[in-house]
Amino acid sequence: MRSAPPIDAFTLRRRPPQEKLTDIGFRQLTLVLAASVGIVLLAIFVTVFTGAREAMATFGLRFLTTSAWDPVNEQYGALIAIYGTLVTAILSLLIAVPIGLGTAIFITEDLLPRSVRDVIGLLVELLAAIPSVVLGLWAIFVMEPAIRPFLSLLHSTLGWTPFFSTEPQGPGTAPAILILVVMVLPIITAISRDALNQVPVELRQGAYGVGTTRWGAIFNVILPAAVSSIMGGVMLSLGRAMGETMAVTMIIGNSLNFSLSLLAPGNTIASMLANQFGEADGIQVSALMYAAVVLMILTFIVNVLAQWIVRRLSLRY
Amino acid sequence: MIPLFLVLIYVLIQGGRLISLQLLTELPPAPGLEGGGIGNAILGTIVVTLIASLIAIPVGVGGGVYLSEYAQDGWFSKFVRFGNDVLAGVPSIICGVFIYSLIVATRIFFDQSFSAMAGGIALSVLMLPTVIKTTYEGLLLVPQEMRMGAYGVGASRFVTITQITLPAAFTPIATGVVLGIARAAGETAPLIFTALFSPFWPEGLFNPIATMSVLIFNFAIMPYEAQNELAWAASFVLVIMILGANLLARWISHATRA
Repeated sequence: MRSAPPIDAFTLRRRPPQEKLTDIGFRQLTLVLAASVGIVLLAIFVTVFTGAREAMATFGLRFLTTSAWDPVNEQYGALIAIYGTLVTAILSLLIAVPIGLGTAIFITEDLLPRSVRDVIGLLVELLAAIPSVVLGLWAIFVMEPAIRPFLSLLHSTLGWTPFFSTEPQGPGTAPAILILVVMVLPIITAISRDALNQVPVELRQGAYGVGTTRWGAIFNVILPAAVSSIMGGVMLSLGRAMGETMAVTMIIGNSLNFSLSLLAPGNTIASMLANQFGEADGIQVSALMYAAVVLMILTFIVNVLAQWIVRRLSLRY
Repeated sequence: MIPLFLVLIYVLIQGGRLISLQLLTELPPAPGLEGGGIGNAILGTIVVTLIASLIAIPVGVGGGVYLSEYAQDGWFSKFVRFGNDVLAGVPSIICGVFIYSLIVATRIFFDQSFSAMAGGIALSVLMLPTVIKTTYEGLLLVPQEMRMGAYGVGASRFVTITQITLPAAFTPIATGVVLGIARAAGETAPLIFTALFSPFWPEGLFNPIATMSVLIFNFAIMPYEAQNELAWAASFVLVIMILGANLLARWISHATRA
C-alpha cells in the first residue's frame, strides 16, 4: 500500500488557464443572454415604431379621434378600436373584480374545510390555463346563443339609452365583455388569494383579539393590508384584458362602424390586428402598426402602473 | 368560476366524443367534405412548441443565472428585471406583428415567408420572460452556504453553478418551464401570421405549418359542420395536453420537494 504524496499545506493550487477561461466565458455568455431581454424588447419597440412611421406622418393624432377605416380611399382612424379596447377591458374588470375578490376571500378566510379549499385552488389554476382560442370557440357556439334572450331583454327594457340601443344579433361587444370576464376571473382570484394569504397571521389574530367580528376583520384589517397586491393584480389583469386577442376577435363581430351600443358588433385593436394584418398591404400595414403602437403604449402604462402600485401602496404593518 | 367549469365540461364532452384513431392521424378534409382529422395540427403544435422551447429555455436559464449569480444590484440588473416584466406584459398579438415584420416580411430564411420557424420564434419571445423569472427566483432560494461550500472545496464558479446551484434549484425552474411551455402551446395570436396554417403534413421548418390553436380559430368561423366538429376535437386535445402539463408541473414540485 503506497502512501499519499505529502501535501504542502501552504501552496495554493494554481487555477489552470483553461478553467479560468471557462469561468470568464460562461460569465460573458450569461451576460449576453440576460441582455437579450433588453434587446428583444428594444427590437419590438423599434420594429413597430418604424412600421408605424408612415401612418404617423400621414394621419398624425387625428388617427386617434377619427373612426374612418377605409382601405379604398386610404383613410384610417382607430377610434372604434381604441374605444372598443378600453370599454371591453374596463367593463369586464368591473364585473370580474368583485366576483374574483369574493371567491378569494371565500377560499382564504377559513369558511371552508382545508381540503375543499385546496381542491378549489387547484381548479382555479387549471382553469386559468385554458387557451383563449378555446374560450372563443365556446363563446361562439354555447355562450352567445345562451345569453341572447337576456341581451334582448336588456334591449327592450333599456333600449332608450345609447348603450343598449341596437337589437342583439349574434357577435357583439357585450358577449366579448362576458368572455373577458371568464378569462380574467381566475387571474384575479389567484392573485387576490395569494395577496390575502400573505397578510401576517398576527394581524388577523390581533383583529380577532380585540373582539372584531369575522366580517369586521376581513373588511377593516385584512383587505386594507392586502390592497396593494390586489390592486397590482387588477392592473395586470387590465393589461391582459386589453391585449387579449383570440376570444375577443372570435365573438366581437369586428365591425368597422362606430356604435356606442354594447349590443352592436364592435372591434378592438388586438382583434383588428388579428383580422387584417395578414392580408393588408401598403399604408394599411402602417396604419395597423400605428394601432399596435397605441396598444403597446396603453399596456405599457398599465403594467408600469401595476408595478408602481405594488411598490408604493404597500401598507407598513 | 362556474362559466369556466362549463367551458371545461363542454369541451371534454363535445370534443371527447369525437376522438378516434382516425381523427388523431388524418389530415383535415377540404371545405364541405366530411371526415378527416387533425393529425397535422397535433404534430405542428408539438414542432412549433419544441422550437420555442429550444430557444427560450437556454436563453432564459442563462439570463436568470446571470441575474442571480453574477449581477451586482446595479442599473443593469434592475433594467433587465424591469424589461422582463414589461416583456411579459407585451400583448401576444404584438409578438406576432414583431416577428412578422422581422422574419416573415423580410423573407430572411431561404426566401420563405410564413414558416414553422417564424412561429416558433414568436412563441419563444412569449416564453422567455417566464423562464427568466422562474430561474432567477428559483436560484435566489438556493442557500448561500451551498455556494460557499463548493468554492471551499475548490470548485470554480462555472462548476459551482452547473453542478451545485442549478441542480439545487431544479424543482422551481422545471415547474416554471413546464408551465411556460403549456402556455405557449395554447397561444394563437402570435401564430396566425407567422406559422400561418397548412392543410398538409408539415413540410420542414421553413414552410407554413398547421397548429391546433390556429386550426380552432380558422375552423370555428367556417360555415361547415365538419370543420366546427374538428375545432371541438382540437380543443379537446389541446386542453388535455395543457391540463396534463399543468398537473405534471404540480407533480414535479411535490415529488421532488418531499
